[in-house]
Amino acid sequence: MKAINFIFEIHQPFRLKRYRFFDIGNDHYYYDLFLNEDIVSRIAHQSYIPAAQTLLRMIEETKGKFRCAIAVTGVALEQFEQYVPEFIDVLRKLADTGKVEFLATTYAHSLASLTDPEEFRAQVKEHSQKIHDLFGLTPTTFRNTQLIYSDDIAPQIQALGFKGCITEGAKHILGWKSPNYVYNAISAPKLKLLLKNSKLSDDIAFRFSDTSWNEYPLTADKYIDWIASTPIEEQIINLSINLEAFGGLHLASSGILQFLEALPRFAAERGIDFWTPTEAITKLKPVDTLNVVHTISDADEARDTSAWMGNDLQHEAIEKLYSVGERVRLSQDRSLKQDWLYLQASDHFYYMSTKHFADGEVHSHFSPYETPFQAFTNYMNVLADFLVRVDEQFPESVDNEELNALLKTIRNQAREIETLTRERDTYRQNLEQYNIEHKPKAGPAVPPAEPAPAPKKRACRTKKSKE
Amino acid sequence: MFGWEFPPHILGGLGTASYGLTQGMHQCGNMDITFVIPRPHGDEDKSFANIIGTSQVPVAWRDVSRDYVEQRIGRLIDPELYFRLRNNIYADFNYMRTNDLGCIEFSGRYPDNLLEEINNYSITAGVIARTIDCDIIHSHDWLTYPAGIHAKQVTGKPLVIHVHATDYDRSRGNVNPTVFSIERDGMLQADHIITVSNLTRRTVIERYGIDPNKVTTVHNAVIPLSQELLDVEVEKPKEKVVTFLGRITMQKGPEYFVEAAAKVLKNNRNVRFVMAGSGDMMDKMIRLAAQRDIADRFHFPGFQKGKQVYEMLKASDVYIMPSVSEPFGISPLEAMQMGVPSIISKQSGCAEILNNVIKTDYWDIDAMADAINAIISYPALYNQLRQDGLDEVAQITWDKAGQKVIDIYNKVLNR
Repeated sequence: MKAINFIFEIHQPFRLKRYRFFDIGNDHYYYDLFLNEDIVSRIAHQSYIPAAQTLLRMIEETKGKFRCAIAVTGVALEQFEQYVPEFIDVLRKLADTGKVEFLATTYAHSLASLTDPEEFRAQVKEHSQKIHDLFGLTPTTFRNTQLIYSDDIAPQIQALGFKGCITEGAKHILGWKSPNYVYNAISAPKLKLLLKNSKLSDDIAFRFSDTSWNEYPLTADKYIDWIASTPIEEQIINLSINLEAFGGLHLASSGILQFLEALPRFAAERGIDFWTPTEAITKLKPVDTLNVVHTISDADEARDTSAWMGNDLQHEAIEKLYSVGERVRLSQDRSLKQDWLYLQASDHFYYMSTKHFADGEVHSHFSPYETPFQAFTNYMNVLADFLVRVDEQFPESVDNEELNALLKTIRNQAREIETLTRERDTYRQNLEQYNIEHKPKAGPAVPPAEPAPAPKKRACRTKKSKE
Repeated sequence: MFGWEFPPHILGGLGTASYGLTQGMHQCGNMDITFVIPRPHGDEDKSFANIIGTSQVPVAWRDVSRDYVEQRIGRLIDPELYFRLRNNIYADFNYMRTNDLGCIEFSGRYPDNLLEEINNYSITAGVIARTIDCDIIHSHDWLTYPAGIHAKQVTGKPLVIHVHATDYDRSRGNVNPTVFSIERDGMLQADHIITVSNLTRRTVIERYGIDPNKVTTVHNAVIPLSQELLDVEVEKPKEKVVTFLGRITMQKGPEYFVEAAAKVLKNNRNVRFVMAGSGDMMDKMIRLAAQRDIADRFHFPGFQKGKQVYEMLKASDVYIMPSVSEPFGISPLEAMQMGVPSIISKQSGCAEILNNVIKTDYWDIDAMADAINAIISYPALYNQLRQDGLDEVAQITWDKAGQKVIDIYNKVLNR
């Protein structure tokens, strides 16, 4: 018995417009409306929608034997709602089949798990809420931004109530071990780990239409064969693939959708099932614990966080951004909170990577900027304006603790008012009750049995007179 | 090799590049280089090339004694060579203005009678070509093309010309027909053409109609700076300093710098701008700075030479080269060597090989202002550019360029 666990990732950041330093303090809109709409609707029509419809067809044709999981970020969903609501409809249909699991992730595709635990918690909750609002499902398995994971993050994930987590099957972590098993987190014993099989995932995600690849062309038959020929004890193959690979990175004319559609048939022939992540972690027992001291991710050859936190530029930008996290969370300003989320997208930091000067060109391929320096300058200008706005709400001269104390006082007062109001209401009710009970038989003298405080009585009276 | 300038007495980038390349080729070994310049001063570095000044090459026979030559010009030329050259005078040039040694005087600069000087240079080249045995002739820039052609005709050896700039770069398109024809003539006669950037290569192919097969790009490099220059001490002003170094001429795009400075100063007063150099647009720039009302923050210290250049760079936080058309542009590399982050125009040749700089279009003053502001306001960007820039520029060495030139020689000689 073997099963394939398909996970499709969907993410689109809010790309920033060209924002000059003389806009700082004058212009508070940061996004390139045209570019975002253009990219999102193009990719949706070229890739997301046809691919999602293929998945829908596969589920129907196999009568639910085909299952998969989708990890879509909150910021991507927001853009789909704005620009291509028809895609949301398709996703909803997928959710309604009951065969598609929606995974939890960070709302903004952020790096909060590395920098700001409180923000991380808040974002995961916000994301789950969004998924619930749109699709009526509550995620039970977690997939972090870019599969970022470490022993420090595991307990946080467990504390959020997730039973399982998907991460990268990084070679330097696994060593001789195989990713095709369920593992346990060493720092959170109840958290089960599913590891992405990079080789098989990348065969589809990156190599499918590469004519210089020695396995080209990849057929469904051959692919299932590879999976079937893994050792018999290895029961779960986790494939994590960007949905954009279907029709986007590999054009529809490469036949990738037909490839996908043919998989269940060949899988059935070889007795291979499709499971969702939750099924996988409930059905399988962990074989071992996994120790991840240094953070891993799915990016670049090193599978570490250097794609977002590799140079001084990225460190500076991230540090500046998260320095105001606490303040933003204290704020009630909705547009400020919205920008806070959008600015956290890891993509902004990815664009600043200078790694591609040396190795592959993957970074520059996805970047709307010509150089990492341009990406940094633009982002920092936007951030400078954002910080000014935060500062206007909570001046920098007040330090965080003092601010906290003040806000606590305010909150406590609010709570106190609330309790007092509640108390008042009970008294009022009691009084009414008393009046009703004692009206018929009581004489003219009604001694107030309870010594209610004066102002409350007054409130009572006014209420009564209104009635 | 025929050149016009040789350090330490240089007027522009041509001398530095000729020097670096010659040294780089010498390092690659097994090569005898004779470098001809119009007028040596005697303090040139002769360790890797035999330097001949055309102002010491006789073109008319004078009956002079060895001792006389020794005491007149012994500092500049080996008397032995003088007599060997004298034996190869090929025509009677007594009608020319010659001195007591039968030599023509050269200014070695870019005088008003430049064309005459170029012609004289090519006359002496004939003498040199007959005297010195060589395998290949290499001419640096248009001033020496006629000399190269002449030497080729005399010796029958292949000619390689090195295009450091074309008149299209110098004039923003309004070429001087005489210069153009000298340049084109050189390119047509050459067996191979070396350009300092792909930008220049395109100009040569498209504007001069040259067969692309015989045009190759060899990017310039830099000579590592001496510790003494790296350690120069200067007083830094409180404010951040943004520096432009170079001739203040149309080609260098100084007006875009002034406009960008005005934009930066509108929002950020903590910065000073320096336009060091001289040139025909200097007065206009001073007026423009005054018109933009930034004269209090915009400084014109004039032409800088030698060590002053490095002091200037040391005091700077940003180096900017907004050239409209720059065949290569070696100065940003020098700035990077001094650890100064640079902003360069995309229209400069060095943009083709540099990664750790900020590139903008020369006309995009918004982008330029933004880049200036970013470097002076975000320390992370400054440090990143500074550190990676130092590493990057350390890799750009002349021996690599020299090897490429030698490969071209071998190709031309079918070796």
